[in-house]
Amino acid sequence: MKVAVLIKQTPDTAELPKVSAQEVQSGAVKATMVINPWDEYAAEEAIQLGDRYGADSVAITMGASTATDALKHALAMGIGEAKLIDSSGVSGDMWTTASILAAAVRAEGDVDLVITGKQSVDENSSSVFIGVACKLGFPLAANVVRIVEIAGGRITVERMADGSQETVSLPLPAVISVGKEINDPRFPSFMGIRKANRASIPVVSVADLDTGELVKRTNWTNIRKPDEKTGACVIFDGATAAEKAAKLVDALVADKVL
Amino acid sequence: MSVLVWIEQSNNQAVPSCWETLGKARELADTLGTELAAAVMGSETAATAAAAGQYGADVVYAITSPLLSEYRLSAYVAGLEKAVQEAGATVLLVSATTRGRELSAATACRLDAGIAPDATDLRIEGGKLTAVRPVYSNNLLVDITFESDLQVASVRPRSFPMPAAGDAKAEVKELALGLGEEGIAEKILDVQPSDGAGADLADAQIVVAAGRGVATDPEKGFALVSELARAMGAAVGASRAAVDAGYVPYRYQVGQTGKTVRPDVYFAVGISGAIQHMAGIGGSKVIVAINRDADAPIFEKAAYGVVGDLYELLPALTAELKKRIG
Repeated sequence: MKVAVLIKQTPDTAELPKVSAQEVQSGAVKATMVINPWDEYAAEEAIQLGDRYGADSVAITMGASTATDALKHALAMGIGEAKLIDSSGVSGDMWTTASILAAAVRAEGDVDLVITGKQSVDENSSSVFIGVACKLGFPLAANVVRIVEIAGGRITVERMADGSQETVSLPLPAVISVGKEINDPRFPSFMGIRKANRASIPVVSVADLDTGELVKRTNWTNIRKPDEKTGACVIFDGATAAEKAAKLVDALVADKVL
Repeated sequence: MSVLVWIEQSNNQAVPSCWETLGKARELADTLGTELAAAVMGSETAATAAAAGQYGADVVYAITSPLLSEYRLSAYVAGLEKAVQEAGATVLLVSATTRGRELSAATACRLDAGIAPDATDLRIEGGKLTAVRPVYSNNLLVDITFESDLQVASVRPRSFPMPAAGDAKAEVKELALGLGEEGIAEKILDVQPSDGAGADLADAQIVVAAGRGVATDPEKGFALVSELARAMGAAVGASRAAVDAGYVPYRYQVGQTGKTVRPDVYFAVGISGAIQHMAGIGGSKVIVAINRDADAPIFEKAAYGVVGDLYELLPALTAELKKRIG
């Protein structure tokens, strides 16, 4: 069995507020880059499938050459192999990314399962893995919180939906996205980090993949900071808790929000 | 040509945030001079189809099949694709619920159309859709414009007002799903309802959330938070710190790695206001901070604040609200 983990390198979440519109527009984001936190759950699950079913795992990232750091993190955790898809020169949208990642999965040969985090902390689209499933023609289960079983050419998972938890069975090969309930991602061990640092990560150019025609369907324009709240916080003071509470309720009623 | 809106059903009942999307879609269809169509799928569709007319749809495409009794992506994509084609839709909108986000993206990809996921505003410019969406965990906004003829967006709940239902009737057209059970990859083995905390949060008009400030007595703290929430019909949330400490389960978590909320009022009780938390509440109209530390960063973002002991302030607030609004 072979598992492909799709990983994205994203800004450290603590630095997201510092990312400027200009940096995103130009593509030169200066923040400290890390493995997308959600994708750590995907990597951990792939490693656990190695323990449970002897699955081989490969981590795939599309990005600049510096994105190998995210792949090294996955290798240090215990993922078997890594591939970097060099995105330089690609000006696309999430469907072009999905086409490229789907082609990269196809190039791996017999991949039984594609796992990824349920969203990225930068683009927040939760859509690329849906596109990957669509382009590969694989069934999809999003927001998986437990892999119950892989047997008889099918995978059974528990997934969260709005207001319910479903147990679903899908034929393999399939795509799943995982939520943070699924596991506790391990910290890379010292030995793992040493091994990952020595690993040479193959770089694949988009031109070498069978992506089909790459056509952009959407554009990002007018990237900007949202309007910040203006005006200082009004602090309600009083001799007693009841007095403070009354003043606060007065203000909320006057604002017609209660 | 038409603007098409998917009206999601849960247990054969319309999901209310879809009406907000339909209300906005009415405005867009009028600007474009096109028809407003709705798509309803499920094992029963009649009541929701009729309601779609009352909320402004000119025509409703209903796909009624026992195969659609539970949401399964591959079946619903097939159905929605049919509705898009029948309606000749150039704009497809859904409410950005978990299912709506997934279904709209899958349908867009299948039809080779661009999508704006989780949009918070929509407008027509030069006969084309422009969608505004937050990115970088609500730290930036971007306008999405489309190259494709079909333009798809999922719309974050509570981005637009709930329209009033009239007594208009829509023409209802039944479509066949054209799919058998053998053509549906997913088999649902079991469905367990969760307590609804998660689903309520994203839609809630008022949210009361607690954080590390309840550490001295988390059980009592969350009980007081729940009482206050009940008095206002509000949903209960929690910061990551409170969830990590095990006070409440993950589904209550608000913030970057939890739920994004955009209520009219967000009560941050004993929450310091870490940037990861603020990323999930940026769309709130009014933030109220209740904290014993007057220097907590939450006060920089809050419209109103009360400094003090939450174990005294929360009961006082609940009592005051009961006095005012019964």
